[in-house]
Amino acid sequence: MSDPGLLREQRRERLFFVGLAWPAIVIVGVSAMAPIFWILGQSFQTVAGEATLGNYDKILSSGLTWSSLGTTLALSLSTLIICVVLGVPLALALASANRRVANRVLILIMLPLWTSILVRTYGWLVLLRRDGLVNSTLAWLGVIDQPLPLVYNFTGALIGMTHYMLPLFVLPVYAAMRDIDGNVVRAAASLGAGFWRCVATVILPLASGGLTSGSMIVFIYTLGFFITPAVLGGGKVNPIAIRIERTLSTFQDWGGASALGMLLLLLILIAGCMFAAIRRLAREKVHYA
Amino acid sequence: MLDAYQDSRLARALIWTVASLVLLFLMLPTLIVVPLSFSASDLLEFPPKDWSLRWYETFFGSAVWMAALKTSLMLGTLTAAIAVPVAFLASIAINRLGSPLAGGVYGFLLTPSVTPGILLAIGLFIVLAKLGLIGSFVGVLAGHVTLAIPVAIVVLQPAVNRFDWQQAQAARSLGAGWPRAIGGIIAPQLALSLVAAGLMAFLTSLDEAVISIFVASGANTTLPKLMFISLRDQIDPTIAAISTLWTIFVGAVVLILNVRSNDASK
Repeated sequence: MSDPGLLREQRRERLFFVGLAWPAIVIVGVSAMAPIFWILGQSFQTVAGEATLGNYDKILSSGLTWSSLGTTLALSLSTLIICVVLGVPLALALASANRRVANRVLILIMLPLWTSILVRTYGWLVLLRRDGLVNSTLAWLGVIDQPLPLVYNFTGALIGMTHYMLPLFVLPVYAAMRDIDGNVVRAAASLGAGFWRCVATVILPLASGGLTSGSMIVFIYTLGFFITPAVLGGGKVNPIAIRIERTLSTFQDWGGASALGMLLLLLILIAGCMFAAIRRLAREKVHYA
Repeated sequence: MLDAYQDSRLARALIWTVASLVLLFLMLPTLIVVPLSFSASDLLEFPPKDWSLRWYETFFGSAVWMAALKTSLMLGTLTAAIAVPVAFLASIAINRLGSPLAGGVYGFLLTPSVTPGILLAIGLFIVLAKLGLIGSFVGVLAGHVTLAIPVAIVVLQPAVNRFDWQQAQAARSLGAGWPRAIGGIIAPQLALSLVAAGLMAFLTSLDEAVISIFVASGANTTLPKLMFISLRDQIDPTIAAISTLWTIFVGAVVLILNVRSNDASK
């Protein structure tokens, strides 16, 4: 240890390894971090480059921003709720199946995850149109006599976003449920807890870590969604991401677009902190229970 | 896990019914596209009355679509070629440095994957516009490489962590420098993971639309950008043909990766 030559050698080795990370750090720094700091700076500048709060004043006094904020939160929250309702039973079924069946079904869940977002959006357009498969099937079954307006509106955007997020929600929930000790469930059963009671009071609390990470992924991801609402919303659904694009491409208002970008970032940070807090609370509760 | 409840037939049946419907919901939009792509009609009728390959002919016969396809394939290849070596070196650094420095580097390199695409897109758009590089190939490539680096790191990190580092130490003590140890000992043993990371990086670039919509233009328009514009304007059955080809390609890649990981776990 006290050999100075060896120490120097170790230090040099460490420097070498730090050096290995630099290309990646520089690329991410230059093409992801720098632009975001640039947006931050831009949001506090006039076109001429003088310091101003005018961009924020303009977007915050515009009713369009507030309605976009409402749309964004409504979309994210509804997507999350539907993901929980559809995803928890799927994860539960997977966790109760034997490993081989579960792995097969997992491929079916992963496949849409890797299919292009544009392919999926197109598929939903085809399914949900006035004369699409869903409407024609419902009409054939006699459930409806007028086609339902399922796309080019909030419903369409919601269906597309739920479809995109569901696999990302199911995976962490399934992982958490799979890790639950089967003996705990057997103990609950032998103590007389019925199936649903066991799910509600044993399985779901023990899977709360997976549930909160899944929910956090869904909520935070959907706050910045662009492609799906832009296509399936048909111009009628305008979350902040779409408002940013309009502000930039239609009005060439870089300051306004940057301020909206910062608003989105702030929203994501707040949501992240909230979910982190929920997660801590849930963990403590499970710990003491 | 629920083996204590084998008798709760009704509850289990209910859960599997919901699960099957959810799986159908997940598969339906990708499956519906396949028969439509072989339809002879301009209308998106289901099931199609007559069959043809005309939408595939339209796709492969269109100079605009082919240019976009070429751009996307080139972007994807270059993205993988840059992101994988860079991510591989970074993964080694993260493994060797130890916390908390390694944790910091890891977290930093993963940020592009949690930042909304729209923020990266307008940021890059504004920076490139100031530099006079808007619409340039390099601008889009920079965006795609940045998105592919976290993907490649997530694929490579477990493999690098599993690697038997004593081999590298042995090579070192026999006189090989670190560059030679990395290129001659570590990289060949992680070849499969490197290929997997490359495929993932390629797919990430191929499917990226938001940055391309903002930054790519003219001759550098990518396939997803063209699909997006086309979807927003009208529903063109050519997209069904593209989607079918795309799904087959992605399905093949996922199957290859799955077989590979099954082999690795044996």
